[in-house]
Amino acid sequence: MSLGTKDHAALSDIFNKDEARVDWHDETLWFVRAKRDKAANSIPEWESLREAASQIKNNVLSNLHDYLIEFENQAKINGVTVHWAADAAEHNQIVHAILKRHNVDRLIKSKSMLTEECHLNEYLSKQNIDVIDTDLGERIVQLAKEPPSHIVLPCIHKKKEEIGELFHEHLGTPEGMADPVFLTAAAREHLRETFLTRKAAITGVNFAVAETGEFVVCTNEGNADMGAHLADVHIACMGIEKIIPKRKNLGVFLRLLTRSATGQPITTYSSHFKKPRPGQEMHIVLVDNGRTTQLSRPDFRNSLKCIRCAACMNTCPVYRRSGGHSYHTAVAGPIGSILAPNLDMKEYADLPFASTLCGSCTNVCPVKINIHEQLYKWRQVIVKEGYADPKKKVAMKVMELTLSSPTIYKNAGKAGRWVMKYAPFTVNNKLNLWYQQREMPEVPKESFGEWFKKNKKND
Amino acid sequence: MNVGLFIPCYIDQFYPNAAIATLNLLNKLGITVKYPVNQTCCGQPMANSGFEHLTQGCNDLFIDNFSEFDYIVSPSGSCVLHIKDHLHSPTEENKALGIRKKVYELTEFLTDVIKVEKLSARFPHKVGVHQSCHGQRGLMLAQMSELVEAPYSKPLHLLKMVEGLELVELSRPDECCGFGGTFCVAEEAVSVKMGKDRVADHLNHGAEYITAADMSCLMHMEGILRRQNSQVKVLHIAEILNAQ
Amino acid sequence: MTSREQILAKVLQHQPDAQPLPADSSTVFPASNPLESFATVLRNIGGSCIEVDDYQAVQRYINDNFPGQRIVSTLTELSAISEQGWENQDPHSYADIDLAVISAHFGVAENAALWITEQLMHQRAVPFICQQLAVVLNRSEIVQTMHDAYEKIGNTDYGFGSFIAGPSKTADIEQSLVLGAHGPKGMTVFLLG
Repeated sequence: MSLGTKDHAALSDIFNKDEARVDWHDETLWFVRAKRDKAANSIPEWESLREAASQIKNNVLSNLHDYLIEFENQAKINGVTVHWAADAAEHNQIVHAILKRHNVDRLIKSKSMLTEECHLNEYLSKQNIDVIDTDLGERIVQLAKEPPSHIVLPCIHKKKEEIGELFHEHLGTPEGMADPVFLTAAAREHLRETFLTRKAAITGVNFAVAETGEFVVCTNEGNADMGAHLADVHIACMGIEKIIPKRKNLGVFLRLLTRSATGQPITTYSSHFKKPRPGQEMHIVLVDNGRTTQLSRPDFRNSLKCIRCAACMNTCPVYRRSGGHSYHTAVAGPIGSILAPNLDMKEYADLPFASTLCGSCTNVCPVKINIHEQLYKWRQVIVKEGYADPKKKVAMKVMELTLSSPTIYKNAGKAGRWVMKYAPFTVNNKLNLWYQQREMPEVPKESFGEWFKKNKKND
Repeated sequence: MNVGLFIPCYIDQFYPNAAIATLNLLNKLGITVKYPVNQTCCGQPMANSGFEHLTQGCNDLFIDNFSEFDYIVSPSGSCVLHIKDHLHSPTEENKALGIRKKVYELTEFLTDVIKVEKLSARFPHKVGVHQSCHGQRGLMLAQMSELVEAPYSKPLHLLKMVEGLELVELSRPDECCGFGGTFCVAEEAVSVKMGKDRVADHLNHGAEYITAADMSCLMHMEGILRRQNSQVKVLHIAEILNAQ
Repeated sequence: MTSREQILAKVLQHQPDAQPLPADSSTVFPASNPLESFATVLRNIGGSCIEVDDYQAVQRYINDNFPGQRIVSTLTELSAISEQGWENQDPHSYADIDLAVISAHFGVAENAALWITEQLMHQRAVPFICQQLAVVLNRSEIVQTMHDAYEKIGNTDYGFGSFIAGPSKTADIEQSLVLGAHGPKGMTVFLLG
């Protein structure tokens, strides 16, 4: 879903051309963050719950090999077919092969970020298989031929008037109708027809329990259940990191997940799929696609603890003011910025820099991923691997030289406040991007160092 | 008590008054402070840009300048955090470790080490406090709005000792101002928007001054305030704690 | 080497040193009145809570509020007001059920979720495809938190089970909450006893 050659800064620049819309986007997501705060504060033991979740996930990563085997064995005993995919291509081929065997050329899919990551829809469409996304937000962006801009709220970037226009064009709703209740009802009718006529359903997986072989899918709309319970074939796609050890661990995660995501106490449906219903086929596709590589990076492996709640996006002041599409990857926002460089360091070299390192993401994360520290660390890796802007390299070299020598520093200061040329905020000073919308600091008549020399001295 | 004063490069060059206020405030509280004149910068601008490997020169200089002190105090949370997290030395790691443990941001030094309970300061104005992220979330100068924990704030604890000062409440108590080092130019559009929004929160609540324990955030907000021809001023917290 | 072997080998090679599981979590702050907490949360998430003494009252309520509609139920106590012989049809045929009345094993005070396994649904599609869902819950069957919920579930075997909390909903359009996304537009919980 690459949006061409533009990086996060360039795409954000476009997003910020319409300031009123940025305000609207920011406030909408801040509202979600505020709901999250209220929900978190209703649980006095919130912080110890986060700690428990974090420790469970640490345990999972340290014992993933055995848990995967345990899960596979249990799932097989339950009558589920388990597949393993090394990468996105193999995942897509596995799904396609299952569909082909059943002569299915139309299917429905509930939300799965993994299938977004693997570009499954595009792949299947090339095989002449029609995929309809059933999550309302995902259906909306699908009609608009756009990727989701947010992992929990896929069309949060769209205004209701725009959705009304889309529905008018595709679903025949009256022109100018933009009432959310009306539009949701129209989508319900449209998708109900789809649910009733499709033989195969794909769902994502929120948690997969090693102990029992069951997997849990959480939705508010009920679309995963509608799809899976009506279809003859249910394919559940999951990254290998979705495993948790025991069923009772779900208590910790289900208490945290939706409160962190939307501020609800729990999703409407937390469905535990263990065995296929009589006559139904159930498949699980376990996908690596770079996860074992991330596991091999000590500084970044705990990004695999993520439960995809999107709290880090909602709280991120940069995400709220740049929009999900500016991240040009399936999972946007702070967590996406530490996951994506693992998949393609060159393509996503910009993302770890799309942050002020404020740290709010780390604080809201229900599984305590040190997101902002990993952003910092990715910056070091990306520069070392040679993906930094050459102009920046030159500026940094000059800075190193200046700051390593008190003499050069002082002389540079005297020669007209070197900072004006090389300070952090004017590194890229060709067009002086600071000055376009901000005044420069006023230059004082003397530096503190000069003042000190004149007025004080060390005893 | 042997205290070294660490004045970050941009304060030295642009905001000498914040440094002077820090020095005078510490002196007023009976602390003798030494200012190592050969200091330059902590290396954060390079490190946050991904060039931490170019900061050894800064690190060595910092160790030379500051390892002799019992405490190192600085009026910048961000720079202190950088030293705490990233000061290393291949040859003198023990000294580096020592410094990482004894470097303090000004308000945490006053609150935790000196345990100031009273200040003779007067500042009869409405003041908005900007919680600089690195100080707040990195050094934990104040409780963070994301956490379910008891509230506290070292900067507020001190500001409440200032006569006549009226604190204004903000809608978003600890949102980032968007400075972010090179972020402010690399991501100009978002940075400016964050700055404008942060400033607007203070203005909407009637602040006459915006203060913080970090001058870099204030520099950013000042750039925006001045472009808007606002009468609202920024002042480093030391300047308020030292005001008469 | 198959992908399975390849993935497992890489995982084994790269997984960090063993880290222990934490102690099991349990309810730390119980609600003083779990029934009241359950009812309050249920109303907040768009459901309604009706206290009834017996199945007679449930029947009366349904007769008053869902007259002339297609009603199915898994409860023999409600056979007088519900369709008979629906259980073994193709699940697609449930698309026009107006009201499904089922029961739950227990409810959870902190989030108003009801634990319902396949055994209580008869057909998995029923609680999702109906236009309105009603669930009968014994009022003594309310636990405090999800920790207690899983404690209660233990290692029970089931093919499918779901925590259902309120009616189907979405806020995908500008964060406006709309009830009845794909599943039931409303949910009534009869607290029995």
